[in-house]
Amino acid sequence: MIMTSRSTKEVLRPPPPARGWPRQRIIGYALVSLWIVVFIGLIAYLMSAWKPDMFWRYAPSYVSGVWVTLKLVGLSVVIGAVLSVPIAYARTSRNPFIAALAYAYVYFFRGTPLLAQAFLIYYGFGSFRAQFEAVGLWFFFRDAFNCALFAFSLNTAAYQAEILRGAIASVPKGQWEGANSLGLPRLITLRKIILPQALIVALRPYGNELILMIKGSAIVAIITVYDLMGVTRLVYSRTFDFQSYLWAAIIYLLIVETLRHAVEWIEKRITRHLKR
Amino acid sequence: MQSVWTLLSWGPEGWLDEIAYGVFITVSLALATLPLGLLIGFLIAVAKQSQERSLRLAANIYTTIFRGLPELLTLFLVFYGAQIGIQQVVKFFSPGASVEVNSFVSGMIALGVVFSSYASEVFLSAFRAIPQGQYEGGYAIGLSKFQTMRLVVVPQLIRIALPGLANLWLILLKDTSLVSAIGLTDILRQAGVAARVSKQAFLFFGLATLIYLGLAIISSIGIGLIERRVSRQEVQR
Repeated sequence: MIMTSRSTKEVLRPPPPARGWPRQRIIGYALVSLWIVVFIGLIAYLMSAWKPDMFWRYAPSYVSGVWVTLKLVGLSVVIGAVLSVPIAYARTSRNPFIAALAYAYVYFFRGTPLLAQAFLIYYGFGSFRAQFEAVGLWFFFRDAFNCALFAFSLNTAAYQAEILRGAIASVPKGQWEGANSLGLPRLITLRKIILPQALIVALRPYGNELILMIKGSAIVAIITVYDLMGVTRLVYSRTFDFQSYLWAAIIYLLIVETLRHAVEWIEKRITRHLKR
Repeated sequence: MQSVWTLLSWGPEGWLDEIAYGVFITVSLALATLPLGLLIGFLIAVAKQSQERSLRLAANIYTTIFRGLPELLTLFLVFYGAQIGIQQVVKFFSPGASVEVNSFVSGMIALGVVFSSYASEVFLSAFRAIPQGQYEGGYAIGLSKFQTMRLVVVPQLIRIALPGLANLWLILLKDTSLVSAIGLTDILRQAGVAARVSKQAFLFFGLATLIYLGLAIISSIGIGLIERRVSRQEVQR
C-alpha cells in the first residue's frame, strides 16, 4: 500500500534535472563565469581608477545631470499625455480628414528618429529666427532644453496616443452598450467603466514608453543639454577617463531597473481582483 | 544666398550627392546589423528557454544590461571602450603604435547588441507559441535535435516572430541616426554638414527627416510583401 502510493507519486513528479555535465550546463557555467569575470574586472577597474578629488569635483554635476534627465522626461511625458488625448480622439474620428491628419502626425513622429526631430527643432527653427522674434517665441526656442522638451513632448504624444487608442479599443463593446442601457452619460461611462479597464491594459506599454523616453533622452547631450549623458561627455572630454561612461551606465541601469520593477509592482497590485 | 534648388542639386554646388552617400551608409549599416542582431538574438532566446538554469541566468543578465542602457551610451561604450582596450593590447606588443577603431564596425556591434536583446524577447515569445508536440514529433521520426530545430521549429518560428521583428527593423533604422555622434557620415551627419555650410538648417534637417520617413514607408511596404508571402506558404501547407 505504502509502496504503491510512493511509486505513483514518483511517476507524477516532473522529470529530474539532468545530472552530471551535459553540454548545456558546461556552456551555461562558462557564460555565467564570464559575466562574473566581467563584473569583477569592472569593479577592480573602478576601484583602481578611483580618484577622490575627481569624485568630489564631478559628483555634483552628475547629480544635476540626473535631475535634468528626470525633469526633461517627467515634463515631456506629462505634456505628451495631455496632448495624446485629442490625438487619440482624432485618430478614431469619423471625419476622414481629421482622422488622416492625426494618422499623419502619429506616422511622422513614430517613423523618424528622435534625434532628427530634435535637430530639426533646435537647429532648424533657427532658420525662422526673425519670424519667431516677431511673435515673441524666440526666447523659448533659443534654449536647448526647451527645444528638447518641445521635441520630446510631440514625440511621446504620438506614441502615447497609440497606446491610449489601443487600450480603449481593447475594452469590449458590450461594456459601452451595458453602460448605455443603464442610462449613464458617455463621459461617465468613459471615466468610470472604460478607462479603469483600459488603463490595466495600457499600464505596461506606458511603463515601456517611460523607459524608452529615459533611454532616448540621452540624445539631448548632442544638442548641448547637460543631462546625465551630457555631463558624462563633458567629464570625459575634460579628464579622458573612461570611468565617466561606466558611472553613467550604472546610473542609467539603476533608473531603468527601478522603473521596470515599479511598473511590475503596480501591475501586480491593480490586477489583484483578476487573480484567483 | 543660393537658391534652394541649387542647394538640392547633384554635383559640387549642391548637396544631394553627399546626402545620397549618407543614405547609402545608413541603409548599409542597418542591413549589416540585421543578420548579426538576428543571430545573437536567436541564440539568446534559445538560451533563455533552456532547462539549464545557468544558461538562462547568463542570457537574462545580457538582456537586462543592454535593454537598460541608452543606445547612445552603448554606442559610446563600444566605440571608446574598444578603442582603449585595443590600444592597451597594441601598446603591450609595440609601444608607440596607435589604433583607430572603425566607427562603422562600432556602430554595427552596438546596434547589433541592442537589437539582439530586443529580438531575443520576440523569439522567446514565438518559441512559447510552438507546442511541445512539434519537438516530440520531430524526435519521433528520428530527426536530431539540430534537425528538428532547423526543419520543424524555425520555419514556424519565423512566421510567428515576423511582426515583432518587422517592428524592430523600423526601430533599428531609426537608431542608426545615433552613429552620426561618433563621426560616421550617415544621413543626419551629412545633413548637419550641409546645414552648417549653407546656413539652411531647416531645409536640410527637414530633408533628412523626410528621407527617414521615406525609408520607413519603403520598409513597411517591403514587410507587407514578405508577410503576404509567408502567410501564403502557411495556406499551402
